[in-house]
Formats: sequence, C-alpha cells, structure tokens
Amino acid sequence: MIVSGRKLRVATTSLAGCFGCHMSFLDIDEHLLELVELVEFDRSPLTDIKHCGPCDIGIIEGGVCNAENVHVLREFRKHCKILIALGACAVTGGLPAQRNHLDVGQCLQEVYHTCIGVESLPGGQVPNDPELPLLLDKVHPIHEVVRVDYFIPGCPPSGEAIWKFLTDLIAGHTPRLSHPILRFD
Amino acid sequence: MFELETASQTDNLRRVAIDPVSRVEGHGKVTLLLDDHNQVQQVRLHIVEFRGFEKFIQGRPYWEVPVMVQRLCGICPVSHHLAASKALDLVVGAVSITPTAEKMRRLMHYGQMLQSHALHFFHLSSPDLLFGFDSDVGQRNIVGVAAAHPEVAKQGILLRKFGQEVIRVTSGKRIHGTGAVPGGVNKALDPADRAMLLQDVEQMIVWSRDAVHLTKRLHTSNPALYDQFGLFRSNLFSLVRADGALDFYHGHLRLRDGDGKVLLDGVDYQNYHHLLTEEVKSWSYMKFPYVTAMGREQGWYKVGPLARVQNCDFIPSPLAEIERREFMDHGQGGLVHAPLAYHWARMIEMLHAAEVIKELLADDDLLGDDLMSCGDRRREGVGVIEAPRGTLIHHYQVDEDDLVTMANLIVSTTHNNQAMNEAVRQVARQYLNGREITEGLLNHIEVAIRAFDPCLSCATHALGQMPLTVELLDGSGRLLDRRVKG
Repeated sequence: MIVSGRKLRVATTSLAGCFGCHMSFLDIDEHLLELVELVEFDRSPLTDIKHCGPCDIGIIEGGVCNAENVHVLREFRKHCKILIALGACAVTGGLPAQRNHLDVGQCLQEVYHTCIGVESLPGGQVPNDPELPLLLDKVHPIHEVVRVDYFIPGCPPSGEAIWKFLTDLIAGHTPRLSHPILRFD
Repeated sequence: MFELETASQTDNLRRVAIDPVSRVEGHGKVTLLLDDHNQVQQVRLHIVEFRGFEKFIQGRPYWEVPVMVQRLCGICPVSHHLAASKALDLVVGAVSITPTAEKMRRLMHYGQMLQSHALHFFHLSSPDLLFGFDSDVGQRNIVGVAAAHPEVAKQGILLRKFGQEVIRVTSGKRIHGTGAVPGGVNKALDPADRAMLLQDVEQMIVWSRDAVHLTKRLHTSNPALYDQFGLFRSNLFSLVRADGALDFYHGHLRLRDGDGKVLLDGVDYQNYHHLLTEEVKSWSYMKFPYVTAMGREQGWYKVGPLARVQNCDFIPSPLAEIERREFMDHGQGGLVHAPLAYHWARMIEMLHAAEVIKELLADDDLLGDDLMSCGDRRREGVGVIEAPRGTLIHHYQVDEDDLVTMANLIVSTTHNNQAMNEAVRQVARQYLNGREITEGLLNHIEVAIRAFDPCLSCATHALGQMPLTVELLDGSGRLLDRRVKG
C-alpha cells in the first residue's frame, strides 16, 4: 500500500491486553529506525496523541472488556483503512477471557471484600465512580465488534513476525508469515 | 483525608481529564476539578482497567500459574513468572533450589531489569527530559528522539534488545517464556548463547554508565526543576539482601521513614499480610496499601528504584556502587525524594543489572544439569521479588488435588498508588493553579506519573463494577452483551 509523497500513518492501541504485543512490536529492535522512515505514528502508547485521526494502518492489541474499549476500537475502525488484530487477546479474547465463565459480582466481592488484608468500602460497595468505565460481562475478541482486515496470532506474535507482516503490507504485497514464525504460543 | 483527593463540594467545578495517560504501560487517566479561578480542588489518578486474575487462577493446577500470571504484564512478565515460581517452590517443598536453577532465574531477572529500565527511560520518558515537558507533541516520542539524538535512541534500542535476548536464552522466548517451574528451571544455559551474550555485555555496561551520566547531568544541571518537581516525602519500602545489599531476586523486607531511619528490617516476607493492609477507594480499581501498624495517613510508602537505591546499604557491583554514592551525596545527608530522581536511580540499577549479567555469565553453574528440587508438599507459599517497578508479592494456597484455592497479588505499581497521587497533586499545586490549562501543562502531570514507571496493566488484575448500563452491539446491531448497574 505505497502512497506516494508521504509516509504511511499508523495508529496502535492496547485494549484488554498486557502490552506484550506492543513490547513485541518494539522487539523489531533496530528495524524500528527503518520503520520510522516509512511510517509515522498517530495515536499510540508511544506518542502523546490521545485520539486516533485518519490513518492507513491501525493495530489493536487486546480484547474488549469494557465500554471504553468499545469506544476506542470503533474510533480506530472509523479512522483506519486497514485494521489488524495483533495477538491472542485481540484474536480470541486471550487470557483475560478466562474470566468469562465467572460471575462478575462474585469476583468483585472476592477482590474488594473477602481477600486477605483488604480494608473494604462500607456497605458492601466496590469501586463504582462514574470515572471508571463500564465493564462487560464477558471479554470479546475484537472481530465481534468491528470488521477486522488481518489477524496475527501469538502470545505475543514475535517481533520478527510483526516486521515481516508490516514490511509486506507496506510494500503492497499480501502479508505472508511462513510456518516457523507463525506461532500460537 | 489527603489534601486535594476529594473536593469539599463539586458544584460549579470544571472537569479536565487526561485520558488516556500516554507513554506508560496500561490504562489510566487523571481527572482535575478546577474552580472559576482555575484553582485546583481535586486531583485523582484513576486506574480504569480490570482483569480478574486472582479469581480465575482459582481452580487451575498450580504448575500452570507461572505461565498464566506473567500475562498480567508484557513489559515485566519475568517478574510475575518468578514471583509465582518462588511462591510455588515452597508448595512443592523446594525450600532451596539448585545453584543452576537460582542462577538461571537471576540471569533472566537481571536481563529483564535491564530491558525494562531501558525501555522506560529511552522509549517512554526520555522525550520529556530531552525536549522539555511542554515541547511539541509531534516530537515528544521515541521517533523524535531518534531524529534529534540518534545515538541515544540507538543505544536505548540495543540495550533493550540485549536484555530481551538474555530473557530469550533463559526462558525460550523474549516475552512470556517458560524457563522457571515450581522447584527450579526447565533448562540450563546453552554455551553458544553464553558466548553470544559475552560478546556484547561490556558494551552494555559502557552504555548503561553513559545513561547514568546522562540522567545525572540532566538532574544536576537544573536542580531547581529536578529537585523540586512534584516533590513529596514518604517512607521507602523494598527487599534487601541479608547483608543489606541491593538484591532484585531475594531478601527480606525493609521499611525506612522519610528521614532515612530504618523502621522495620529483616521482615520475613512470608508474613507480609501481617504487615500490610490494602484500602479500597471508590474511584480507582487499584487499591491503596499501607503499613497497618502506622495507619493510612502515615503508613504509605514509595517502592521501585528511588526506594531501593536508598534503602539498601550498598550495591554489590563496583561501577553501580560508585554511582550510588554520588547519588546519595546529592541528598546531602538526607534522602532524595524528588520524583524525577527516579530516572537517575533507575539508570544506576540498569548499570548494576548489566554488571551482574556479566558476572553471572562467567559462572559455570549456569551450564549445570541439576535443575529441579522438591521436598514435602505444603499448602501455601508466598513469593516476593523486586520487579523493575518495585516490590512484587504473590501468595497462593494449593489443595491436595494440586489446584489453586486462593491467590493474592500485590503488584509493584499498587504500592506506589498513593505516592503517584501525591506527586500529581503536588505538580497541580506547583504548575496548574490559577493558570489557563494547556496541553503542555497537562503533560507536566504525566511527567510526574511517568517518573514512577507505572505498569497499570499489572495493577489492574482486580475486577470492578459497572456504574451504568452498557450494551455491546455487533456490526449488524445484534446485542452481544449488556450490563446494568446494580
């Protein structure tokens, strides 16, 4: 997807993930210096741009676990020509989805009332300030909420896989990951 | 209770939010409430994400735990991997592990310390320090650093790469590997990998020392800013080795007050729950720990590099010890409490990590084949290590069927919760009061938060409540999920 006369604009975000996929993105090591010759960053945990503007490529780490995640994901879909689900959590919900078989209310009681050494709020309350985003009952993979163009599995995908994928995409090829670098662990 | 935590009344106050806090790991936001004269009435750092690890680990076999819990955090997965393994060592009766196992784990951990500190300083925080807190948003990131200071950016990238490679050769992967298992490790070091790391380790020591000197120069060339920005005093808390040395992998707990007096020392961390209480507040998913005996208002503390470097008696590697002494001299007999001094202390720790890696690589125990220990099974274990961001506590109970029945985690960033809130309130007083709020001014708040290198993903393993109603619809409008308050 070569666009003449300007760098490609790339936005990244982490939803319900651990930032491991972003760390793996940085595991492209010195290639980072080559990459910034080809692309510029929009909203990303690496920049101070707080909202996603028009972009060529959007990269999403993490699944969807609260209302804020939904909002950010839709913002990315709206502004990004190509949207990529990066890593196990974005692709399937990943480890955070382990909570999907549990009752949220019981978890709250456990963490904020019954666990060791906790000084609880009065009256059985748990944190409930309007500044805290609304939780979903389940953690969802991102394709259940928006259309997704590419999925890269792995927990996390390796820096090598991310580099291969992006350089293919930027060069206008269909991205292909060979068997040894396409992993699910 | 704490000044500026809660406004006396909220009518007619204007809300300003920094959402999301950027160039940190995880999800947080800051809200400010200002009156008609732009006087700050309330400042809160909210941790807005939730997970549920403590709950969903229950019912899992204990041997899955070290690989599950490292998914709390992709920046310092090794911390959780090792804290869990240390706790579960006790469950499998491995009261002590073999020299090969301990040294492999130490190598992995010090590799992580190096990569995490490099990432935090070079990739995340250096733009503020090199360009200024209210410099152009477009430049204030690692790409801007690469353009203006290519050597600094390159060294940062290669330091982090080296640390990641140490992790890879000890755990199999750079992120979320499998090296440690309850009772030991699953592999020794390959001699070819040792040779590969030995080639570069001297260079890493040199660059780490350069980074210490860079942070020291920034600090001492502008003391009015660096010594005063967001300044508050608190207790310090960390592990130290039995002889008082800085140690990231093992030791006992020490608490020091803001004047430098040791309040508690030699505390066995198996008893951490007699020491600490975690307060819940309605406006954050992250709890607020304090030393129970001292109470909420006096008992909170700082953890992480600034606490560790001043809480230990010495650093057991020569170059870093020289730098520690210079750092202590900067306090002129007292402790250094300035939040921006976290960066200087962090780079001293990175230098120490590089020196320890070199020392470990020379040790043939790493190539040994005695990997595992075991003994009489127990039902419970606590594992504590010093993660890059501070003291990390994992506590598990396991039943006779090998299933986890209880998990309690107090992560590094949680210990710093009150401290970070105090720092942002102090910056708000110093810089925001009475002024028109600009992007650059708001970045000052974030600079204070970044000094602590918070890992907000780690800190949000707890679950929260939904305050309103939310519906999640798919692309065709089909209802996927719905939650209602109450």
